[in-house]
Amino acid sequence: MSAPSLIASSGDSLREAFGKALTAAAETRKRVVALDADIAGGTGLHHFRKAHPDRFFQFGIAEQNMMAVAGGMAATGLVPVVTTFAVFCLRAIEQARLSIAYAKRNVKIVASHPGLDVGPDGGSAQALEDLAAFRAIPGMTVISPADSTEMALATHAVLDFAGPVYMRTGRSPARAVYGDGHVFTIGKGHILRDGGDVTLIACGVEVARAREAADLLAREGIDARVVNMATIKPIDADLVAKCARETGAIVTAEDHNVHGGLGGAVAEALAATHPCPVEFVGVRDVFGESGEPDELAEKYGLTAPHIAAAAHRAIQRKRHG
Amino acid sequence: MTLAAIIDAAPTPAVAAATAIAARTRQLAIAGIYRAGSGHPGGAMSCADILAALYACELNIPGGNADDPRRDRFVLSKGHAAPALYAVWAAMGYVADDVPLALRKMNTTSQGHPHVLDLPLSETSTGSLGQGFSAALGMAMGLRLQAIPARVYTLLGDGECQEGEVWEAAMSAAHHKVANLCALVDYNKLQSDDRNANIMGLEPFAAKWRAFGWHAVELDGHDIPSLLAALAEAAAHAAGPTVLICHTIKGKGVSWMEDQPLWHGSVKMKPEETRDALVQLGAGDADIAAWMA
Repeated sequence: MSAPSLIASSGDSLREAFGKALTAAAETRKRVVALDADIAGGTGLHHFRKAHPDRFFQFGIAEQNMMAVAGGMAATGLVPVVTTFAVFCLRAIEQARLSIAYAKRNVKIVASHPGLDVGPDGGSAQALEDLAAFRAIPGMTVISPADSTEMALATHAVLDFAGPVYMRTGRSPARAVYGDGHVFTIGKGHILRDGGDVTLIACGVEVARAREAADLLAREGIDARVVNMATIKPIDADLVAKCARETGAIVTAEDHNVHGGLGGAVAEALAATHPCPVEFVGVRDVFGESGEPDELAEKYGLTAPHIAAAAHRAIQRKRHG
Repeated sequence: MTLAAIIDAAPTPAVAAATAIAARTRQLAIAGIYRAGSGHPGGAMSCADILAALYACELNIPGGNADDPRRDRFVLSKGHAAPALYAVWAAMGYVADDVPLALRKMNTTSQGHPHVLDLPLSETSTGSLGQGFSAALGMAMGLRLQAIPARVYTLLGDGECQEGEVWEAAMSAAHHKVANLCALVDYNKLQSDDRNANIMGLEPFAAKWRAFGWHAVELDGHDIPSLLAALAEAAAHAAGPTVLICHTIKGKGVSWMEDQPLWHGSVKMKPEETRDALVQLGAGDADIAAWMA
């Protein structure tokens, strides 16, 4: 019998992009260490393990300990990158709160397998609450890059940023959004496409879908602006207000519960600056289920046509007050 | 009395120093809890000798300077014993008496549970049981990776050892053979609501630690020479981590507090109770008057 053929991580996934970028960045950043809970093959960390075995630490299937250990390592001047699935980051969130955020430790929590993008593993594995939960922790920066290019840039950026970060990667092959020349800055949204009728603000896998939605809307004569809001916290409130002033209608899109994530952050920023009609695309306060990511996105309302339909609703509300 | 017995009975300078630090630690902890109007006296009294032995004789923290990367680290994983931690620092002269005496007061650094951003000697922020142990493990591993020959000590409560994270950390420290880590357990047999044995039994406790790969030593946690000997044994054990299971009495030093579950919790101490406790703990009249003013 030959060895079973394992489902390898996809070369186009954000987790692979993260793993490769981290490995490269660690060449010159000697204080970077990586912590794993027996899923390095799934988080992209296997690249780091191979290249930097002396700085790779295995903690077994014990995420709570791993998270607090990372806080302790940071206390000695190291820059720990602690990785596991997003749902297990939720398991260890109280350790992230006390031993990392409250103690203001320079730890990077990198969460693979977020949202419905997890696919066949089903509802138990699909973290749809992580952005909201980590966003509520004081001092925690929350990031969800859009594609492999941005993932690599963001990986370097968070390593050079002083302070605790929660960053999503992704399990499934990700559509390319950026070519060469993209500049990623923590805390800054990026206008991917300009437009005056409505703004589609998205993060993670929803950025590519929002851009596709803008194409659908263009065929109907609607001029949609698309913003990649890769940093959910601190939200780029200036850009959100500017989009509200200039387009008067906003749609948020995220592979996450509609409560408390990107949509919540955008709505909070708008309420404090320039209120306007907002429609929220995301999972509507239910758990997911098994299925392929694209099937699930269709069933739970995350695809481009859903974003386009939300844009229509937002524009309608703008026109009819 | 024979000459040998006299020599045996005479404390070494180290024992004498730790004994004096322990007495002052208990006094300041009780005074702080009284002034705060809340706090956990039972577990502060039970660990005072352990803290005194560590700070007076074992930890190498030159000048009490928490910025020195080569210093030994102590993490109070049972963060609710903060009154005793602040008190032992004051007894050592690392902080002013104001620190233990301002316990739990707004706009001070004396948080109800140790917070490293307020008091750097805390080393990490604790108060959620289990986490200080993991953080101490992380420090020990971080120091080892950077070839800094410092040691890390952490004190756990016995009830704390009901947390799953404690055993995650225990498994992990043994797996990684983290010999520069020493855990101590303040085994006073009581926890918030009742005796450990009635809430969630820990026995066979030492056997559990040994099964998890630790070198485990059981001792009387109020006997300074035993504590110093056990700490020396831990430092000499190079194969992996050591745990010192310190058998203690909750409320030790205050007769009516000893072994009473009532005195675990966050309590408001009455003036007459406080005065009697401070007298039992050997506080001077001037200190009692000043602290209770």
